[in-house]
Amino acid sequence: MKKQALLKETDAECASAGEIMIYDAFTVWLREMIRFWRSKSRVIGGLAMPFLWLAIMGTGLSSIVPGVGGASYIEFLIPGIIGMTLLFSSMFSGISVIVDKQFGFMKEILVAPISRLSIMVGKTVGGATTALLNGLIILVLAIIIGVHFAGLTGMFISIVFMLLISASFVSLGVAIASRMSDMSGFQMIMNFLIMPMFMLSGVFFPIDQTPAWMQTIAHFDPLFYGVDGLRGSLIGISILPLFVDFIVLSAFCISIVLIGTYLFSKSEL
Amino acid sequence: MISITTDKLTKTFNSFTAVDSVSLAVKKGELFGLLGPNGAGKTTLISMLATIKKPTSGSARLCRHDIEREQSKVRSCIGIVFQDPTLDEELKGQENLDIHGRLYHLEKGKRKKRISEVLKLVGLSQKADMQVKTYSGGMKRRLEIARGLMHRPKVLFLDEPTLGLDPQTRRSIWDFIKKLKKVGVTIILTTHYMEEAEYLCDRVAIIDHGKIIALDSPNRLKKKHKGKTLEDVFLHYTGRRIRDEEAGITERNRRRMRFRG
Repeated sequence: MKKQALLKETDAECASAGEIMIYDAFTVWLREMIRFWRSKSRVIGGLAMPFLWLAIMGTGLSSIVPGVGGASYIEFLIPGIIGMTLLFSSMFSGISVIVDKQFGFMKEILVAPISRLSIMVGKTVGGATTALLNGLIILVLAIIIGVHFAGLTGMFISIVFMLLISASFVSLGVAIASRMSDMSGFQMIMNFLIMPMFMLSGVFFPIDQTPAWMQTIAHFDPLFYGVDGLRGSLIGISILPLFVDFIVLSAFCISIVLIGTYLFSKSEL
Repeated sequence: MISITTDKLTKTFNSFTAVDSVSLAVKKGELFGLLGPNGAGKTTLISMLATIKKPTSGSARLCRHDIEREQSKVRSCIGIVFQDPTLDEELKGQENLDIHGRLYHLEKGKRKKRISEVLKLVGLSQKADMQVKTYSGGMKRRLEIARGLMHRPKVLFLDEPTLGLDPQTRRSIWDFIKKLKKVGVTIILTTHYMEEAEYLCDRVAIIDHGKIIALDSPNRLKKKHKGKTLEDVFLHYTGRRIRDEEAGITERNRRRMRFRG
């Protein structure tokens, strides 16, 4: 009965509430993709920084660090740099929510008959898609410059981790952005959150060889599990078993999407 | 048949009451004007009816659906043209409409048909494939109106639809609003142009400080107060003091950006 009423009123191609939700999330995602495609500078900008870290810090540190756990330092560094790229581009993709508020398009989305969850999911998948693209570009670059990875299975597993990392941090960024209306304030908060997460995740050094206090704090950093998972799947060196990384990161991802949706649904214009 | 009813609808922001216990009824197919000085609460009232602001107290029904409990149903039967711009400027005109059609679950064939239909209606067919950021102010406004109509809403909110438009565009939008009324769309219009309200509206409500202080047809209001124009009536009710306005977020940011740029 309810279904029929919905179909009658909206001519939806799709039938069940779940399908409608996915269709709506797809619409939100589609718009993000068109916008992304129009601004190539975002792709290049997103890649410049990790490339600098890799080229300068990687090369520099390689000369004093012989290798970590059997891998060369560059091999050790690449999964971390991928994690870092995902963190930065994911968190900052939340800015699209603020841009939509400032340019008014958010109102168009909010008066449309679509659920807040599908808006949140569409935005998250949109941000995650672009972040994932950045991550994959770094991976391909690494292969081109001759870095040796553990194999195809490992690469597939690493993509799963990339997805989880992107989805988690995009939703965190979107959740925070949904409560804010000003761009520079958002950037401040993002830097404040990103920097400690980035440094404690073990991008540059193995966390298991740091003092106990640092290891303890690092275990509260969601990106630590992401970088560990990427390293485990790509070069076979990890501190925790991969399934532990996977479970912790998935739990973080799901809870942050739910919290984000809640915050988003509460936000008024 | 009644299209909109509100019952003691109220919205307060901290200690400020933007809309104060408004009760009204609008008939299906009626063209209803909301008039009031800046900051009187017109936009807040519309925002509540359009489900983007939650009422502090009171209730309202649109097309028999409760604005708080049946948000989704209310949303699919209304169309709204906001006071501030709400287009995606990076997208082409046609893409803005396509995304809108998708948001309102129009299937592909219908979407295409309606897009060319509404573009023709507002005279933008030639510009459909250009990015909205290249449009002039009037073109943007027309595109927003086209978009608001695309899903054939039963109730259409027009929040100052002709603000800042040249007389030609304003005329064509007026004709168009009249046409819509003929096909039975209920229209809620806010405006600062009294001649616009006089020309278009069946009834007008004058709002000040969140309260409705007069409600009747423009002609009867004029007769009652022996005013020559609706503007006389308006000034009679709302006085001559100039009001400050608390601008909406979009407007605020635009101003900020203007300072920066």
